[in-house]
Amino acid sequence: MKDDRVLLDHGSGGLATKRLIEEFFLSRLANDYLSRLEDSAVVPVQEGRLAFTTDSYVVDPIFFPGGDIGSLAVHGTINDLAMQGAAPMALSMGLILEEGLMFSELERVAESISQACIEAGVAIAAADTKVVPLGKGDKIFINTSGIGRVPKGLYLGAHRARPGDVVIVSGFVGDHGAAILTARSNLSFGTEIKSDSAPLHALVSAVLERCPSDKIRLFRDPTRGGLATVLNEIAMSSNVCIEIDQDAVPIRQEVSGVCELLGLDPLYLANEGKCVVVVEEDHSQLVMDALSGLALGRHAAVIGCVKELGGVGRPVVTMNTSIGGRRIISMLSGEPLPRIC
Amino acid sequence: MGNDRFMDKQAVQSLIEEIRRLAQRPMRFMEVCGTHTMSIFRHGIRTLLPKEIELVSGPGCPVCVTPVGQIDQMINLSLIPGVAVATFGDMLRVPGSKGSLAEARARGGQVEVVYSPVDALMLAKDQPNGTICFLGIGFETTTPSVAATILQARENRIRNFCVYSTHKLMPPALDALMAEPDLDIDGLLCPGHVSTIIGTQAYGPISEKYGLPCVVAGFEPLDILLGVYMLVRQVVDGRCQVENAYERAVSAQGNERARRVTEAVFEPVGSRWRGLGFIDASGLALREEFGELDARCRFELKEIDIPDPKGCRCSRIIKGIETPGACPLFSNVCTPLHPVGPCMVSSEGTCAAYYKYGGILEEKIR
Amino acid sequence: MCLAVPMKVIELEGEQDDFFNPPVATVEAEGMMRKIRLDIVDRFPRVGDYVIVHAGFAIHTLSPGEANESLRLFDEMGKYIPGVNDGE
Repeated sequence: MKDDRVLLDHGSGGLATKRLIEEFFLSRLANDYLSRLEDSAVVPVQEGRLAFTTDSYVVDPIFFPGGDIGSLAVHGTINDLAMQGAAPMALSMGLILEEGLMFSELERVAESISQACIEAGVAIAAADTKVVPLGKGDKIFINTSGIGRVPKGLYLGAHRARPGDVVIVSGFVGDHGAAILTARSNLSFGTEIKSDSAPLHALVSAVLERCPSDKIRLFRDPTRGGLATVLNEIAMSSNVCIEIDQDAVPIRQEVSGVCELLGLDPLYLANEGKCVVVVEEDHSQLVMDALSGLALGRHAAVIGCVKELGGVGRPVVTMNTSIGGRRIISMLSGEPLPRIC
Repeated sequence: MGNDRFMDKQAVQSLIEEIRRLAQRPMRFMEVCGTHTMSIFRHGIRTLLPKEIELVSGPGCPVCVTPVGQIDQMINLSLIPGVAVATFGDMLRVPGSKGSLAEARARGGQVEVVYSPVDALMLAKDQPNGTICFLGIGFETTTPSVAATILQARENRIRNFCVYSTHKLMPPALDALMAEPDLDIDGLLCPGHVSTIIGTQAYGPISEKYGLPCVVAGFEPLDILLGVYMLVRQVVDGRCQVENAYERAVSAQGNERARRVTEAVFEPVGSRWRGLGFIDASGLALREEFGELDARCRFELKEIDIPDPKGCRCSRIIKGIETPGACPLFSNVCTPLHPVGPCMVSSEGTCAAYYKYGGILEEKIR
Repeated sequence: MCLAVPMKVIELEGEQDDFFNPPVATVEAEGMMRKIRLDIVDRFPRVGDYVIVHAGFAIHTLSPGEANESLRLFDEMGKYIPGVNDGE
């Protein structure tokens, strides 16, 4: 069993497929929707509005300190819903397995998906598995979609930032990107930076409970492209400038160390368990109070504020540096690559 | 290591005030090291300096000055069946005439990103059925590590490893730059770790020949500001000497051992620089006795010599004689996604910055 | 990119002149460890020394005194600039 691998047969739709699904997934993820094995799950609809999102996960390596592709897929989709203030109702999951994937690896991923769902209190209502020939994939790809209920009267969005607003980040920046970089085989550093992969819906709802929701402009999770890119997106959508303070941005020492060694900037590294909150200035303390009471928000910090376009005349993100200078924070232009010379 | 000491706000302030007090007329200094350029940008150092002081970025980003023909050659290597090129990540997005290594990878080219040339040698050891070709890029700081790796490959008879050398030498390029008649530079901020290897002595001839103040500086904000301060001081005093603002890492003689390793493996050859043209004895090729480890010999490569596109003004922009706006290629032919010259290839290059911020340079955000 | 931060040598392996078994140091800085080669370093370090690292190789050794003495830079500045060392 330990050495068994996924075969093309497991994607044929026949008995082998059924056994694979039952053994690895149904046994762990069973719920009222999934167990029926219907062509689609029927989810009851309530009044109001639905948030609906999809994302694909192709992370390499599939196992990394602090998580794996399975938990990442669950967390990532929950977070996309949570950024709209939505309470996740159900997820779907499509798995593309590469022929030759070890059963033991698949089992680990399935177990992790299950754990992540249990911890987050979310069910996978619909799922699908396909197998592609060896070399046509990379071990395992996962696509997840999710739906969530948006509370009545809650309108959030990147276009809603206004001059005077306060910009908060919910914790240390760059952990996931740094964990992935250091986990890649060619760049071995004796350090154990863990991915911050975590579901944020409870954190978001705690903030919304504490702070009047019309005072909160937006939540945004700085995944690919990192904090720098998200701030630029907000500035452009809202047609404002954003100014942050280098000293205020929480960054772990190990993360800044890895970045220094590889010539990278932590502001551009991905996060999978952090969010940016933009809130009206008078209510920023309420947001900070809510965040600091939570394990996931313990290191939250006010990192800057929203400004008028001003003399520059276009949306720009700037940073006041530790030594008292200023610099422009541009969007990420491509995958961050280590620089040596 | 109390690194924060090198960022101490108060010390920065004192230095800035001193520079401001001394700099009573416009002065223009060139930093020739890519890491200086990065650090100046990251810490917002330009926005701290008085407007009299202008810092222009020289040709110190080694991948940015790698000519188009050599990048085409690297891409060709990556497409040879059974060959994988191993490279520092720096090189991946630098465009040749038919795209970059990143694009070659999408077409089936084998490209591995490594942190050290030794990692490339280990890849060769682990994959005995393929050949690993390491792309030797970089200045004097990087070359000795590549030379040591080549020596190790020879000693250990690792036959499926070779190096494609595009290594470059800093002093000949500086000499060629400074020879420009209408150059308007008041001093050179000399590179930190290149100087760790070549020593401050290496700048004596240039300083003397062109009457140019030279100061070697480290990479922390205080290091750089101290370097700028010492340059200002030289200008004000009317001196032109080689000074050292980075004594903890740089000596007059440099690292002779590293230089001996380099010399054992490499010899100077004429080399083309993107944006600067052909410069005599400014590149390094493997010596004949290392032919087996030289990708040029192993794959019988012929030099692809492609001159820079007509109209590219990088050599003048690097020297601060012209601004990007004066270049006919800027923003229509030459953009960050399709860069032509080194000033656009480097993400901190003058043209890339002009393009990205629509001419909003740092002074506007002071 | 040149790495500005010197890394502390915490372990040494191999002999200085043994080319078949190139000398290696385990170095540490800011919570990161890595093995680096010592073939081209200017002075062979001892455990506790600091090295400047480039592309996996040490290129310069600093004694703990040299490395920890951040004040050195301030002293140097003090030689030139009155007032820099005030408040230290």
